[in-house]
Order: sequence, then structure tokens, then C-alpha cells
Amino acid sequence: MTNDGDGPGLQLAEVIGHHRAGVYHTLTLAASEIARQARPGQFVGLLSGPERAYLLRRPFSIHRVDWRGAGSGSVEVVFDVVGPGTRALGWLKPHDTVDVVGPLGRPFTLPDEPASCLLVGGGYGSAPLFFLADQLRSRGCRIDFIVGAATDERLFKALEARRLGRTTVVTTDDGSAGRRGIVTDAMPEVLQAARSELVYACGPMAMLAAVSQVAATAGVPCQVAVEELMACGTGICYSCVVPMTEPGGEVRMARSCVEGPVLDGAQVAWAELGLSGGLGGGPGYPGSLAEEVVGG
Amino acid sequence: MMAIPDPDLAVNLCGVRLPSPVLVASGCFGFGREMAAYMDLGELGAVVTKSVSLQARLGRPTPRMAETPAGMLNAIGLQNPGVEAFCTTELPFLAEAGARVVASIVGRNAEEFGRVAERLNGEDTVKLLEVNLSCPNVDHRGEVFATSPKTAASVIRAVKAVAGQPVLAKLTADVTDLVAVARAVVDAGADGLTLINTLLGMAVDVRRRRPKLAAVTGGLSGPAIRPLAVRCVWQVAKALPGVPIVGTGGITSADDAAEFLLVGATAVAVGTGNFLSPRLPLEVTEGLRRYLAEQGVATVAELPALFKAER
Repeated sequence: MTNDGDGPGLQLAEVIGHHRAGVYHTLTLAASEIARQARPGQFVGLLSGPERAYLLRRPFSIHRVDWRGAGSGSVEVVFDVVGPGTRALGWLKPHDTVDVVGPLGRPFTLPDEPASCLLVGGGYGSAPLFFLADQLRSRGCRIDFIVGAATDERLFKALEARRLGRTTVVTTDDGSAGRRGIVTDAMPEVLQAARSELVYACGPMAMLAAVSQVAATAGVPCQVAVEELMACGTGICYSCVVPMTEPGGEVRMARSCVEGPVLDGAQVAWAELGLSGGLGGGPGYPGSLAEEVVGG
Repeated sequence: MMAIPDPDLAVNLCGVRLPSPVLVASGCFGFGREMAAYMDLGELGAVVTKSVSLQARLGRPTPRMAETPAGMLNAIGLQNPGVEAFCTTELPFLAEAGARVVASIVGRNAEEFGRVAERLNGEDTVKLLEVNLSCPNVDHRGEVFATSPKTAASVIRAVKAVAGQPVLAKLTADVTDLVAVARAVVDAGADGLTLINTLLGMAVDVRRRRPKLAAVTGGLSGPAIRPLAVRCVWQVAKALPGVPIVGTGGITSADDAAEFLLVGATAVAVGTGNFLSPRLPLEVTEGLRRYLAEQGVATVAELPALFKAER
């Protein structure tokens, strides 16, 4: 790492695992300093290949960390091959190196006391929720999962969600797995049955708008990990802004890489994004912006 | 050719001594705060800040960027907290971090530019002003002042009347006769030039049949524009010898920086390269030191004189 204290750093990390999870890839990197510091909801910026055909670093939320002491930690990310950046990552083999910056961004806030937590994920946007679930469980929290995707094959680790959640609802747009419908269809009943006190969500922006709306209606605080197009991931390009409503009512553009990616769903000005927060629009997983952002 | 063990990277930019010719370009480094996690800001030649305006600006809606071949388009829309917040919040941090600051300023008309420059007069941390005459992400082309020699000159005159620091004019290559604009701003009192700003571009999402950027058009930057930027520096340096130029456009390595310095730039600025890797400007600096040593050149300021214009 290039810096002495805590905070993001830059390093070349060795690939120690590259696996398939359904249609998605999981990449495990030896990066002990990032593993030591990482908190659920944070992300890393990856750059693979000095002779690459694309320019920019790609952001990926941290799916899991394994930290067993100095020099022996790893971080795992999930991606889908959708563009030149993820294609280059798709070629990585064990012992290859990849340039990593991280951990970046503001993590999920965890409850001080054991609480009942509902975790809602769309597509492979649910990746950071597994890291979050591990930490919530170690604090004695109850966890319920709702995971959704367009189709069965676009679901990410639904079986593992079933293992971690007290209850788990799976939804697909076409009914090819779980219930036909979208994640917010299942939210009111789960919120009530689990007496959820906190909602955590990650996935496409339209889904996050809808989840925030349902949580607000139920009076449950909701943290969302947003996905916006990023050039730098480090706070200097001002590409990835999200409109936030200030207490006074005025709108402010917050950089999702430094003030987020985890934001208070009740403060995001969804209407400014053309997302009413209502349920009519659906989560829009197929071809959603999120796939281009995180995947490209 | 003798290898030089420890070449001198210091340059004099419009009367300001900088320990390194490698700056970071406006809009590509925020206000420096986030990058202090990765480097000592004092190791940079200077930090050119994101452009500041008289009042705070929210900027454009998203998407604000699109990756393009060897480059990117951006349409941020000059989001900034306004000059007053810049002075009270950002400048003290930069001073504490030991950064030399070039404050980039922007306005909707000559009077606004003048008022921003006036507010910065007396701020000791600010060593130079860079007048952003060429941001493409504005409401209409009339705000791209550097497309006309006359309006560009009027802005520079308004700034020079009240500025407490030397003034760089940042120009666009999106003009028919760049030398004419450069000459006009120098005649109006600009102490130096920054060449070039992003180029107005556009990209289309063909599947959704719409522009990739919310603002439709945006500024093209990155390695894709480097040959064009090098040509601009060469052309203007030849026409206006003795006028200091900060060369910028697609620099991601020491060799890229050396291209600009050889054709006549006094200093260079790393822009989009900061997005790739937060330590890139320092890697460019170290690489330049090695380049000078290999080439047997004792000081970076000698490079333009060593350029062989004829192949």
C-alpha cells in the first residue's frame, strides 16, 4: 500500500481464485490491506492489462473478505462480462496480477444492538449483501433476504441467501425461479412477518427507488448502495453524482464514490432521476444501467 | 551523450517557481482533498483546481460520462461550491497539505470572471489563476469564450484588471485559428496559456437510440486527443515564442509529457490520467527524471531547445 494509515490505497494484487457463479464470475484477489480495512458496502477499482483496449478503472462492490492477519487477506468481487473491461477481467487466471485501488466509498451503517434486518438484492447487485449478512449475523441480527432477477440464470447465489436468511424470498420477472414478480412485491409481507427494523438494498437504481418507497411507507429506515457511472471511483471526476434532498428541501449532487455508494434511501431525490419511487416501473434488471456501470 | 545523475525538474511558470513541471489538470483532481490519501500534494508541480465560479453550481444530470476509444466524454457542468466556499473550505486544506495552487476560474461573462479573480486576489496559497475560457459543457456556445479572439480578450482584460496572480488563459482547439485566439489573449495581458481543454464530442447509445450523456454533448479527453494537443502546443509555441504554455491532453506516461515539453510547453498537466491511477502524476514525474537522465539533459527547461523540428 502507498499510504501508512487507514484509508484507500493502490496495489498490484495477485489473483488467487476465479470461479463461475451461474452466469457471473467471482474473482478472489490477495489484497490483505484492503481485506483488513474493508467494510460491507465499500468497493474496489480494478484495472487489468497494461495493453488494454479500454481506458478506465472499473468499480466492483466487495462481495466477501477473508482476513486472517497481516499478509494473508483476500477480497472477492463479482462481475458479468458485458464490455471490454469485464472481458479483460474474465481472462484472468490464478497468479495473474490486477491493479486495485481500495477500499473505496462509505459502507453500510450497522446497528449497535441486534436488530431484524431485511436485505434486498437485484441481480448480482446483491453481491455486497453477503458480506453485510456475515457481519450482521456476528452481531446477533436476524436476517431476511429478498433476492430478485429478470430470470433464474440472472439470480446471484440464491441458495446461499436461503442458507443465511431466516426467511428468503426469490423473485424473477418471468417466474423461472421463485415467485413471478419483482422484489418489492414481496417486501410488505416480509417487513411485517419479520418485524424488520432496517432495510439494506443493492441493485439497479429503479429497484432502489422502489425499495426506498416501500420501506418509507412502512416507516423502516433504508440504506441503499447506489450504482452510477464512474470514471475515477476516488472522488475527483464528479461523474457519479446522485441528487440528494437536504433537510432544507434543496437538492445537492453527492458523489456516490465518496459520499456513497451507501446512501439513505429516504434522502435520495429519486424524482430528479426520473424514478418516482413508485412500484409501477419495476426494477428493470435486464439491460439496466447497473449492468453497464459495474460491468462495462 | 552523458547521463545526468540528478536532472533538475524545476521550472519557472510565469514568474512562479515550481519544483516539477508536472501539474494536474483542472476538473481532473477535484480540489485535491481526496488525492491526499495517495500522495504528498507538495510533490506535484501544482494542483490546478476544479473551476470555481462566483456562485455555487449544481452541474449536469447523469449520466455525466461515457468511455470512448482511448478516452472519455464528460459533461459535469462545472459543479463547484462557489468561490467563497472554495476560499474558506478548500484553500486552507491545500495550504496545510503544502500544495502550490493554480485556481481555475469560470464565469458566465467577463464581469463574473473579474469578480472571482478579485476574490482570489490576496489568497497566498493561490500562485496562479487559470481562466477557463473553454469549458464545452455550458448552456450555449457563446459561453465558450475562447471560440472568439475578441470575447476571449475581453475576459482576460477583466481578469487582469483585478488579479493578484499571474494569469493563464485556457483555450480550446475547437477553433479554426488557434494562434489568433492565443495572440489575442496574450495581447490582452495573459501571462501564459494552457492548451488544450476537452474537445466537444458526442456518443450515441444505438440500442436505446439516444445520446450516452444526459447533456447530449460533452468534452472528449484522454490519450485519443493527445496528438491534437501536441500539435496545438507546437503551433502556438512557434507563433508566440517566449509565452509560457502548460500542455495538457491525454498524458499517461513520462514519454507523453516529454512530447509536450519538447514542442515548447513549459509545464504539463495530467488530466484524465488521474482517473486511471491516483499516483499517475508522480509516476510521470519520476519517469521524466529518468528520461532527462538518459537523454543527458541537465534541466527540464532545456528540452524545447533540443527539439529537432525537421525530421
